[in-house]
Amino acid sequence: MSRRLVQTRRSLLGNAASAALALAGPGLARPALAGTAPRVVVIGGGFGGATAARALRQGGVDVTLVEASGTYVSCPFSNEVIVGLQPLSAQRFGYDNLTRTGLTRVQANATGVDPSGRRVTLADGTTLPYDRLVLSPGIDLRLDAVPGYGAEAVAAMPHAWKAGEQTALLARQLEAMPEGGTVVLSAPANPYRCPPGPYERASLIAHFLKTRKPRAKLILLDAKDTFSKQRLFQSAWAALYPDQLEYVPLASGGQVTAVEPAAMTVRTDFSEYKADVACIIPPQRAGRIAAIAGAADRSGWCPIDPVTFESKLVPGIHVIGDAAIAGAMPKSAFSANAQAKVCAQAVIDLLAGRAPEEPKLINTCYSLVAPGYGISIAGVFHPVNGLLADVEGAGGISPVDAPASVREQEAVYAADWYRTITREVFG
Amino acid sequence: MRLAARVRAVPALSALALLLAPAPTGATEGRPPPGATSCTGCHATGAAMQPISGRPAPEIAAALAEYRSGARPATVMNRIAKGFTEAESQAIAAYFAQGGPER
Ligand SMILES: Cc1cc2nc3c(=O)[nH]c(=O)nc-3n(C[C@H](O)[C@H](O)[C@H](O)COP(=O)(O)OP(=O)(O)OC[C@H]3O[C@@H](n4cnc5c(N)ncnc54)[C@H](O)[C@@H]3O)c2cc1C
Repeated sequence: MSRRLVQTRRSLLGNAASAALALAGPGLARPALAGTAPRVVVIGGGFGGATAARALRQGGVDVTLVEASGTYVSCPFSNEVIVGLQPLSAQRFGYDNLTRTGLTRVQANATGVDPSGRRVTLADGTTLPYDRLVLSPGIDLRLDAVPGYGAEAVAAMPHAWKAGEQTALLARQLEAMPEGGTVVLSAPANPYRCPPGPYERASLIAHFLKTRKPRAKLILLDAKDTFSKQRLFQSAWAALYPDQLEYVPLASGGQVTAVEPAAMTVRTDFSEYKADVACIIPPQRAGRIAAIAGAADRSGWCPIDPVTFESKLVPGIHVIGDAAIAGAMPKSAFSANAQAKVCAQAVIDLLAGRAPEEPKLINTCYSLVAPGYGISIAGVFHPVNGLLADVEGAGGISPVDAPASVREQEAVYAADWYRTITREVFG
Repeated sequence: MRLAARVRAVPALSALALLLAPAPTGATEGRPPPGATSCTGCHATGAAMQPISGRPAPEIAAALAEYRSGARPATVMNRIAKGFTEAESQAIAAYFAQGGPER
């Protein structure tokens, strides 16, 4: 195929398609036109990005993984860290094993994306060309959404919704809290990272209070009236924590309207709460690079094609994980991992000039309501009318009337899942 | 219909699809069948939850069928297996019998 023909087709098809046509066959490692194999850049080395980078590498693609941090700190099981059931060190994962797969790892903050020139810019000005770009930047916290809850407030009232220093801070605050103290925990409206996460956190804090500070109380303020695994959580709370946990849904004034970190007060339309420890989980949006790339819509999240995870706004850019609008699929590590593998296969197919197949994806999220008491929600998803929808008749929550042995088994599976997935992702 | 949905979303792909053979259904050209790549988040080799790579295909397919019908007790696999048809389960079973992602 002559260069001229490729260029004619390039204008017809766009870059990636012509790159695919330039390949002699499905063997991606084979040098293409002018000796360059297709290059994929992945931004974000979390559950989504690290999985995608590994899967692309396994498919023979030339992959560069851009991740700002040298060590990943995982959110799943960080609620256990907050109440002293697990050390923070069990949340940390390095990138050495991933790098050994032969991908190029760049520890840097990606600050720019030029979708028409197909280039990523890093903080130091370096540019990385790509044929396809995968974004898995996770979330940014909207520190303008709750009046009073700005960048300085997070030191007094941690969100602990990105694991690391914030997790350790909330753990220290709970440990140091006076005997008869009050904890206020606020959950945001949908959508946000880890739908059952605030309720698992509430459960484990209630467990901590019950066993360590029995005169203390937890007030859970919710900006909505319904939530994930609600019946399971609420029946467990009634049985285990009737004296510790007070749940205030939106209808009873659960929406936080303002906070004052200096006075440690949390306000709602109906009341003002004085907290000894306040954990505010603010509304969120896709990690900033998604908006910079033009892949986020006005909701702050990224609309995607459910077959390829390619952005509906910017061709050549795929978005996976928390940043994506994945329809019925929740923003979870399990989802991010499953999406990454489907996306990587679609990218490999597109680069090889094949049409990707229609996928199915699974999610399972475990929550602990107490040590040895696990519950789960599962789902199977497929593309319907341009969105990922539940496969009807599948999925759902653990039985509400299950015996203690089932709760124990699910707590064991929760820990097994964490060990297995982190090994699959970070190797 | 499936193609039409994609045509709108991915212009480059739609143009490609005109030039290249359309995607067949099921696992083809060594690609994992629908749903298969989600499994290893729990069932990877060395995992506590039943590693499945390298297990005989009839064994995996039968397990999925029994989870689906409720004949085999489960905590979550009953909820997950209901999301797959018998044909899809067979394809997943064949994929893992051949080694799954470690082929
Ligand atoms: C308390 C809590 C408990 C949870 N429990 C569970 C659970 O039990 N099960 C479950 O499945 N999920 C759970 N989750 C959800 C899970 O953590 C997320 O869904 C998952 O991390 C999403 O993966 P991701 O790849 O989209 O983003 P992340 O894992 O956040 O990864 C994003 C990465 O991108 C990097 N990055 C972002 N922007 C840039 C840039 N411009 N340049 C370079 N690098 C960049 C970041 O440094 C980060 O490492 C929980 C979350 C919380 C908060």
